[in-house]
Amino acid sequence: MSATAVGTRSGLRVPGWAAPAGIAVLFVAGYLVFRGAGTLPHDDDAPQFLAITDLREWVDDNKNASPVFLYFINYIRLFVGAIFVALQSALHGLGWPGLIGLMAGLGWLAGGWRIGLLGAAGFASFGVLGVWESSVDTLALVGTAVLLSLVIGLPLGVWAGRSPRLRRALNPVLDIMQIMPTFAYLAPMVLFFQIGAPAGAIATMIYAIPPAIRITALAIEQVSPVAVEASASLGATSWQTLRKVHLPLARSTMTLAVNQTIMMALSMVVIANLISAPGLGSDIIRGLSRQNVGIMLPAGLAIVVMAVVLDRTTMAAAHRRAHERTARWRWPVAAGLVAGGVALTYALPPAFPGQWVLPMGGPVNDAVRWAEVNWYDATEAIKNVTSEALLNPLQGLLTSAPWWLVAAAVLLLAWWSSGIRPALTALGCLLAIALLGLWEHSMVTLTMVVVAVLAVLVIGLVLGVAAARSARYSAVQRPLLDAAQTMPSFVYLLPALALFGPTKFTAIFASVIYAAPPVIRLVEQGIRAVPHPVVEAALSAGSTPGQLLRKVQLPMARQAILLAANQGIVLTLAMVVLGALVGGGALGYDVVSGFSQRTDFGMGFAAGVAIVLLGIMLDRITQGADRRSSPHQRNSV
Amino acid sequence: MGVSPDSTAIEVEGLWKIFGPTAEKVLRCDDRFLEPAALREKTGCTAAVRDVSFTVRPGEVFVVMGLSGSGKSTLVRCLTRLIEPSAGVIRIGGEDVGQASPARLRDLRRHRVSMVFQHFGLLPHRRVIDNVGYGLEIQGVGRAARHARAGEILSLVGLDGHADAYPDQLSGGMQQRVGLARALAVDPEVMLFDEPFSALDPLIRRDMQAEVIRLHREVGKTMVFITHDLSEALKLGERIAIMRAGSIVQLGTPEELVGAPADDYVADFVRDVPRSHVLTLRWICRPPEPGEPLDGPELPASTVIKDAVAVASATSRPIRVVDEGEPAGVVDRVDLLTFLSGQDTDQQAVQATT
Repeated sequence: MSATAVGTRSGLRVPGWAAPAGIAVLFVAGYLVFRGAGTLPHDDDAPQFLAITDLREWVDDNKNASPVFLYFINYIRLFVGAIFVALQSALHGLGWPGLIGLMAGLGWLAGGWRIGLLGAAGFASFGVLGVWESSVDTLALVGTAVLLSLVIGLPLGVWAGRSPRLRRALNPVLDIMQIMPTFAYLAPMVLFFQIGAPAGAIATMIYAIPPAIRITALAIEQVSPVAVEASASLGATSWQTLRKVHLPLARSTMTLAVNQTIMMALSMVVIANLISAPGLGSDIIRGLSRQNVGIMLPAGLAIVVMAVVLDRTTMAAAHRRAHERTARWRWPVAAGLVAGGVALTYALPPAFPGQWVLPMGGPVNDAVRWAEVNWYDATEAIKNVTSEALLNPLQGLLTSAPWWLVAAAVLLLAWWSSGIRPALTALGCLLAIALLGLWEHSMVTLTMVVVAVLAVLVIGLVLGVAAARSARYSAVQRPLLDAAQTMPSFVYLLPALALFGPTKFTAIFASVIYAAPPVIRLVEQGIRAVPHPVVEAALSAGSTPGQLLRKVQLPMARQAILLAANQGIVLTLAMVVLGALVGGGALGYDVVSGFSQRTDFGMGFAAGVAIVLLGIMLDRITQGADRRSSPHQRNSV
Repeated sequence: MGVSPDSTAIEVEGLWKIFGPTAEKVLRCDDRFLEPAALREKTGCTAAVRDVSFTVRPGEVFVVMGLSGSGKSTLVRCLTRLIEPSAGVIRIGGEDVGQASPARLRDLRRHRVSMVFQHFGLLPHRRVIDNVGYGLEIQGVGRAARHARAGEILSLVGLDGHADAYPDQLSGGMQQRVGLARALAVDPEVMLFDEPFSALDPLIRRDMQAEVIRLHREVGKTMVFITHDLSEALKLGERIAIMRAGSIVQLGTPEELVGAPADDYVADFVRDVPRSHVLTLRWICRPPEPGEPLDGPELPASTVIKDAVAVASATSRPIRVVDEGEPAGVVDRVDLLTFLSGQDTDQQAVQATT
């Protein structure tokens, strides 16, 4: 199957690192001989891009003549738009006291007074931050996307949970939806649904629906088969068993599906602002384009607060015990909170009072300026060392090497790590990127991903191992990771920009802090999952902690660590692309300029496709790694 | 119940269940008679139930016993088609279950056959009373009526006062009482038990076995009881079918199994059973020898041997064994001692088979 397997079969012991090292040596040798030949330099006016731009013009011109648009796509747009407008006017109509009261009531229902208070305080903070109107728009957009995701996703999930055949059919589709970087959705949305709220809601829905389907299906599958069988044995119809056994028993896991869907929608909804959907994202994008942290920070904070409030509220609802008695005065109190809020709407001014708004722009920009001045040496040193030592040489290598040499190296590497079929898929992706005319930009993006992934893995391993070995450290780290994982990806750009200004390194820094938490967590879980008796046996044989780690825990956690690497790559790619907004350039920048300039639409569209191809390629190279369970097994194949 | 005593409650004929991708094909050719390992090797299929036939009389407690993997749980699920049988005929109360439409089948499960499960299968989000009333709810019985019925059944199984508890607040034994009550609540003709007590502690298991015996006496349902525990089988079963690798290797009363095992497999099973606790005087009585005094105490033939020992020790004369009023033979101290010392095995086995 793999090069090493062949080697060992013939009786030669080839060490595991020999194959990648060999590939690297061949690549460097080829590079030295052929450098500068066979490169594919970037051209903004490549014929491929122009063709796609023309296609869009043609679609725009003929939109109202084609029956597909007239009777189908336009109606979807109108329908989604109507839901959004209805939600938006309902939320605005409640007034700010009414909405705060509503959130307090919901929080109270879900998790008692703590959550109710959190909801009220959280929503009030939107006003204090001075972004009430945009927050409500964002809430309406998230609401629309989540509503659509749940209406479609929950029934589909229930169905998939009961039909293994549908599950098998859905899985690859959901896989692709989940590894596809968010940026890539947007261009096709514009093509079909124009720019604006409906396109934003639909893009958000596509991004948010996989967890709704997946977790629901899982919840239904996990329902105790004995309970289902008992129900059938008493003559229940399939519908009765679904209603009385499956759904009640899956309820709390399904609430988790709702939670995940909301979280995904929140992180996408900001990106949807790039195609002119209203909301907090427009402040953030405005701030990013002017490199003005003062404009972005209130909007960024509001997004984080919204994420935390919605997360805690839905989690509290999920964790309520299945048959906990709801107190009799639960509903009246909730209704009272809402009614009180709405009543205050008439008593208080309709807009959030200006004197309660905390002015942030000035002080924040001052702080950023202070940091820039005082930390200049440190940040600049980190940035320059990384750029000079790692980023620039690697980028130079990849962009000035002949394309066929890079393709050959990818093929061999994927073959070695995952087998021949994934290797051919990876090669196909790379060739398609070349055909799209985006070779050079893709190589730049790839460089950034590689550097970021290396950093993520080092950080993930060190912190993950530390957490697995020290319960106290783990207890400190866990809430930080929890918080980090609730934050929408966009938010990570803010501190990166504040510290490093707009450069490639900024994008890498943001990706690293975005992708590290899940990786740390997976590594920690993997090491903790090593069976206790094995650890005990190693200790009783007199292992030192270091020996225990190297000889027992890390080898046994191999699967989890490789999975962490795979996850790290997918997350990093998504964020590196987003990093275009803080000076990352390359493919992400092509996408952004595709939205802002009509003439560049073709390039943006092609770049979106290239991002997906790059994602699939990286996934194929690494996915095999966690299937190949151990060197021992590999040799016996 | 409207079933005449000489009819059958359950009739199973030539039942097969083969799991696997080519089950249909296997069933049509001679492959089905292969040994389990050979069958899996050749076709990738597993024969869980192989050509099983038996009948259960109304009101009888019929035990199916076997080790794990012998196909007994599959067999009991085939009876109401919770697992679809591959071939064979099943009749419950005269109705052909295999031919029943989905609606008829549901009707059968709702009103005539109910089941108790090894892992209880209770619904954790419902109170005990609503778990017990679940079968009635499925049938569309109103809330008040089903609560009334569930309350009655709860006191029958000794769970008074726990109606409003949730299953996870009860001990394992009590949870299984709820499972039992749920099965009883629909007033079925037949109750199926799938290893109901094997997840319970030994002491609680003994209580529950006594409970089943008591319930059987009180409500007189036909019961099919699956177990892997021989002592449970001997305690509860009027007749016992021993399964191995999907087939019934012996079907008989506890006495027949212990006294005359059909093959080495069954013999191995029953070897540790104290025979004097199971076998009756019918197994060891002999025609009186000429001149033997016939004025000793009289005992019915169904007396268990260990109970005869006390009587024999009180008198030196042979015990006269009477079977439904007719003299069946005599047993003296020497016979009893010989039996107890285990020297009678071969001779008795021969006698039993004739």
